[in-house]
Amino acid sequence: MDTSWAHASEIAAAVAGGRISAAEVVEAALARIAERDRVLNAFTAVVAERARAKAAAIDAARARGHTLGALAGVPFAVKNLFDVEGLPTLAGSKINRDRQPAARDATLIARLEAQGGVLVGALNMGEYAYDFTGENVHYGPSRNPHDPARMTGGSSGGSGGAVGGGLVPLALGSDTNGSIRVPASLCGTFGFKPTYGRLSRAHTFPFVASLDHVGPLARSVRDLALAYDAMQGYDHDDPVCVERPAEPVAPLIGRGADGLRIAVAGGYFRDGLFPEAKSALARVAGALGATDEVEIPEAKRARAAAYVITASEGAALHLARLRSRARDFDPAVRDRLIAGAMIPAAHVAKAQKFRRWYRERVLALFERVDAVLAPATPCSAPTIGQQTFVLDGVELNVRANLGIYTQPISFIGLPVVVVPVPLQPLPIGVQIVAAPWREDVALRIAHAVERAGVAAAGKPTFEGARK
Amino acid sequence: MSKRAKTASKRTTKPSRRRVTRTVGAKTRSKQTLARARPAPDALDAFVDAAAHALALPAEPAWKGAIKTNLAVTLALAASFADFPLPDDAEPAPVFVA
Repeated sequence: MDTSWAHASEIAAAVAGGRISAAEVVEAALARIAERDRVLNAFTAVVAERARAKAAAIDAARARGHTLGALAGVPFAVKNLFDVEGLPTLAGSKINRDRQPAARDATLIARLEAQGGVLVGALNMGEYAYDFTGENVHYGPSRNPHDPARMTGGSSGGSGGAVGGGLVPLALGSDTNGSIRVPASLCGTFGFKPTYGRLSRAHTFPFVASLDHVGPLARSVRDLALAYDAMQGYDHDDPVCVERPAEPVAPLIGRGADGLRIAVAGGYFRDGLFPEAKSALARVAGALGATDEVEIPEAKRARAAAYVITASEGAALHLARLRSRARDFDPAVRDRLIAGAMIPAAHVAKAQKFRRWYRERVLALFERVDAVLAPATPCSAPTIGQQTFVLDGVELNVRANLGIYTQPISFIGLPVVVVPVPLQPLPIGVQIVAAPWREDVALRIAHAVERAGVAAAGKPTFEGARK
Repeated sequence: MSKRAKTASKRTTKPSRRRVTRTVGAKTRSKQTLARARPAPDALDAFVDAAAHALALPAEPAWKGAIKTNLAVTLALAASFADFPLPDDAEPAPVFVA
């Protein structure tokens, strides 16, 4: 069995059926990482011996006749803000190299491994997750598997590169303002940000407590669902994680989109799109027969309020480090954090009040529709180092604008699946947004678009990687 | 180089007569509101200096331009919702439960 582009579900079925051993799967993944990561720069640590030991344990369990988990033998990797036992939790920074190695794994790593997943390493990211590009001055930029000269998007850049580049079929990222959805869009993978509070963030390095989410990236909707089901459930170690029973979605995704009311976001979400973003959105809407348009009220102000809360809470988190080790930050991150520390508290308080008002208005919208389609990014992957792009004669800042369509959604914690549309030469994603706690709706629709052949994770040729 | 790649490449090099950071200039309720929320340049310079001093933040001279720019962007965005009418009893989104 060739596992180089296999889905997690296919690998798990093959391992459970004895068609391939977990050890073979893991060795193949480690070999791909050794070969391709020299170009993609997705990994900051590879835990080969741990992975081999875990794979051996899975194979031994099968030999003893034990039933294997839903992710048996599936190699996965995590953004390096997840605690990995024995590694300092870098969160993309130089400063965190001095932290003590983590004493235990993050909750979500433990839950994936409880279902047979095999952690193979930690992934590159933008410093302290304050990033939409995937660039990093300390560890080098993560590179787009479809063109290594281009950005992965961020801040979960290594997660996008590792999954989109075929190094692993599954990765975890975090998403405060779009940091799963932007790299999923630019790297051509599926990405999933569940409802705020659904998945435990315990034992991860935070960024903005009010807005931080975690979730998976994969190359199929089924793989997102399998990983999500493995990770659901209350965790007392994360005060935001809700006491809500697990609601498995893998059995539901095949129900299709029939009967669901799907509309396209208008207004703010139609403004500032490059042609590829318009094309991808039209294709997804067309596949679903979605012709109605809805206006998400005050999305522009919502984005502004998310920006202010992010800057202020991010600065508060790092205030002591800014005082003691300012020169060890990425200068671009440092200057934004210092500015964030100077924001008047009145603006932050108003932003949080506006957030509740906005939530109520958007939830009212979900009485009329079950899901809303929106662009994930305004364009496909910019070139690494690119500072601006020009749209309709207006020069726009790349770093600030890659997340303009994701921020108003995560601001109120709505569940979102990004589906990749494999346009040439570069893919781009579309957001499928559902009401809180209706991850099943977003995943059903994503699966329908995938089955229609409109959304797919396109396999890179790696021609660029060989140069 | 493909036609599409050439097009993308142009994005990096195309000169622009208008240098506008669109997200900075978020529409506001009125010009008066924006003027009130965004201090004049000199005032913002002084504010950055004073805030850095008060907060014991190491805002080195070479960094101040970028800090000021970032703060100006943030204040402009804040101006877009600062005067948005909400009732006095509006609750913030996070609600503490004892």
